[in-house]
Amino acid sequence: MAIKIDSKIPEGPVAEKWSNYKAHQRLVNPKNKLKLDVIVVGTGLAGASAAASLAEMGFNVLNFCIQDSPRRAHSIAAQGGINAAKNYQNDGDSVYRLFYDTVKGGDYRAREANVYRLAEVSNNIIDQCVAQGVPFAREYGGTLANRSFGGAQVSRTFYAKGQTGQQLLLGAYSALSAQVQAGKVKLYTRYEMEDVVIVNGKARGIIAKNLVTGKLERFSANAVVIATGGYGNAYFLSTNAMGCNCTAAVQCYRKGAYMANPSYVQIHPTCIPVHGDKQSKLTLMSESLRNDGRIWVPKKIEDAKALQAGTKEGWEIPEEDRDYYLERRYPAFGNLVPRDVASRAAKERCDKGYGVNNTGLAVFLDFSESINRLGLDAMKQRYGNLFDMYEEITDVYPGDLANEINGVKYYKPMMIYPAIHYTMGGVWVDYELQTSIPGLFAIGECNFSDHGANRLGASALMQGLADGYFVLPYTIQNYLADQSLWPRVSTDLPEFAETEKAVDAELTRLLNIKGKRSVDSIHKELGHIMWEYVGMGRTAEGLKTGIQKMKELQKEFDTNLFVPGTKEGLNVELDKAIHLRDFFTMGELVAHDALSRNESCGGHFREEYQTEEGEAKRDDANYFYVGCWEYQGADKDPELIKEPLEYEAIKVQTRNYKN
Amino acid sequence: MAEKILKSFTVKYWKQNGPKDKGHFEQKVMKDIPGDTSFLEMLDILNEQLIEEGKEPFVFDHDCREGICGMCSLYINGTPHGKTERGATTCQLYMRRFKEGDTITIEPWRSAGFPVIKDCMVDRTAFDKIIQAGGYTTVRTGAPQDANAILIPKQDADEAMDCASCIGCGACVAACKNGSAMLFVSSKVSQLALLPQGRPEAAKRAKAMVAKMDELGFGNCTNTRACEAVCPKCETIANIARLNREFIKAKLAD
Repeated sequence: MAIKIDSKIPEGPVAEKWSNYKAHQRLVNPKNKLKLDVIVVGTGLAGASAAASLAEMGFNVLNFCIQDSPRRAHSIAAQGGINAAKNYQNDGDSVYRLFYDTVKGGDYRAREANVYRLAEVSNNIIDQCVAQGVPFAREYGGTLANRSFGGAQVSRTFYAKGQTGQQLLLGAYSALSAQVQAGKVKLYTRYEMEDVVIVNGKARGIIAKNLVTGKLERFSANAVVIATGGYGNAYFLSTNAMGCNCTAAVQCYRKGAYMANPSYVQIHPTCIPVHGDKQSKLTLMSESLRNDGRIWVPKKIEDAKALQAGTKEGWEIPEEDRDYYLERRYPAFGNLVPRDVASRAAKERCDKGYGVNNTGLAVFLDFSESINRLGLDAMKQRYGNLFDMYEEITDVYPGDLANEINGVKYYKPMMIYPAIHYTMGGVWVDYELQTSIPGLFAIGECNFSDHGANRLGASALMQGLADGYFVLPYTIQNYLADQSLWPRVSTDLPEFAETEKAVDAELTRLLNIKGKRSVDSIHKELGHIMWEYVGMGRTAEGLKTGIQKMKELQKEFDTNLFVPGTKEGLNVELDKAIHLRDFFTMGELVAHDALSRNESCGGHFREEYQTEEGEAKRDDANYFYVGCWEYQGADKDPELIKEPLEYEAIKVQTRNYKN
Repeated sequence: MAEKILKSFTVKYWKQNGPKDKGHFEQKVMKDIPGDTSFLEMLDILNEQLIEEGKEPFVFDHDCREGICGMCSLYINGTPHGKTERGATTCQLYMRRFKEGDTITIEPWRSAGFPVIKDCMVDRTAFDKIIQAGGYTTVRTGAPQDANAILIPKQDADEAMDCASCIGCGACVAACKNGSAMLFVSSKVSQLALLPQGRPEAAKRAKAMVAKMDELGFGNCTNTRACEAVCPKCETIANIARLNREFIKAKLAD
């Protein structure tokens, strides 16, 4: 029984699809907008921009976030920048080139139509943000400055120091705040969505937990938008914030929304290496550092051994004994290859024994050459806060002069290693960003739509804001157009009562296990399994073992978990237990998808499928599709449904960053 | 680099069950904590131990643990976010800064504007309300002019960026003997006052945000500079001076 997936891609050439769509979509007239309520869950770039834009249009918006303020969503931590095809640098950029780079960067596993639209609206985002007062970096003449990012040969990244995510989020937050003031957005902070409520096959509300009182509350609306981020924390250690979780997305999945391409997980090459078993999270060092930093390990294995033993320091190794392996392997892109390529190359060197710290799991990111050429002040201008942050965490300042060999000055390098950072996979959506449940939309990192198997740097901010400001506010109207004919649904309906009861029963179940193990201790163990078997290098054998181990650990969770306290009032441990329950579901799903995809592409690397040079080897004949997973029940394996990809503008070929 | 390990020290932490509870300190001896452990990771370890003993964990706000979200908010040994040479949030404080045998006292932000929710978690929605009163430029999502049509001198853009770095953590309020939110308010007012996009509403913004701040029970500024000393993002009271100018200009025009 083959289910047909309709991605609703509009007719016409790829460059005209979005214009065609907008010209023919249904709209909602101003009076009717006032009668329509939209729930937006999440206040990151996607959630806040969508909530603000929908409210400006006249819809009544209910906006939820788990933190104490919408301004704290994890978009705030994005450092490097946001891409747009402005071509302000006159270096040959265009909408087509941004589209092409994104599709290629994603290893030809993204939907062409979605990516083209993304590239098309990218320029509007920059205009919008500047109008809001986002203080982007500027040139002396007053125009906007740009920097380069991985996977591109043009400079198209706009930035605000190393705090671009913060500034863009504060821009969206200010637009949101204006709408709260105008009475068009009702804000619910310290609330967590626990489930979606389906009435007559349509998403008509949510059950949310007031995290302070512990009470479950019902909310109804004409459409529900989730903008709840990715599932990177399934790996326990990641660059995600502590509160990032996939509960809302997984609950939608359990209610019938497909989860697409879960195996596409981004491992970011430049994070501060793991230092001990008490570590709670990993800290990213922005990819922008690869503009001026050069990545290397020693050429000689004995140097590596000495570094690992602590008898030698990086700055004692002269230029000729350094292996700038990215520049060596990928001369055309050098240190600016895409993230998946850079991460795998680091792993390859470390696996061969060339790692540079006591664990052997780190490589150097060295600024000596740039400091010698441009001066320390220029480096501080660009990366000052990142250098400070690195020092605060590791006690080493990357700008400190450490050695001079044959007249060449060597500065203390950073040490970096890949870490889980972003999830390209997510809730399946069609061209309108609607999930397989009518009335339920997913935007931002939460959906799967635009990055294929690998996301390019500075494209997450672009996609989040594109979805929230310029795509969803249009496409949702096509759905809402006839919804104003129906009256608001009451939260007294049995569907609401039943959903609330089920959530409540889960809370009771978790509290009543009364075992011996804390949530974190089990979560750490899950993280180890995920990193070991479902991480950077995957094999069929390893994935099967991983799934088995996850199932065993899940049993431990179900029988030996200890959650202190009660349902009433604030209970941090109970909330973490719910998150962990869903990380299990998501973790297994990542493994299933990885196991079914017998090829390597982007962030998904199966060791059985690589070229002789160790590059990812795709299998377009058999795997040129979006893998959509349908939930079959708690004890059953999920079922795979395929959405074939169709490319008309771009010729699918092997990714090449060498020449 | 031989890593420092703190063999033993005492953590004295504030427990308070809701805004009406009187609250009290509890304490625990911590052993063998590596210097590279962050302050919050040390508290994670403390909480693991409490949970092992069947007790409820010590509650505090935290999220990104990269010093940017502004969620973490602990008053450590009498200083918001603890003492460092340059500004850092609680999550960017590392145990290597403490000594063997220390007693580390942890309290919540204490201010009328920030009621305690539980233990060291406080309610900072007042800051959101101040921003809602006018901390924005009124611009609809749509098609504004090309970004490069507004030329902004680099110096102004850089200065606005410094003001915009405020993370809204509330350390300034916690440090101020008057419980004033002037550094927070002035940082936003300054960012927008320095940019041409913010000028059209500058007068209205300064008045509305100051009025809201007063209404919510925050105190006045008496130039003690306690706020700037603890700001993790190094916001300066030059912002407050600018806010005062903007405010006076606005009032004189009334």
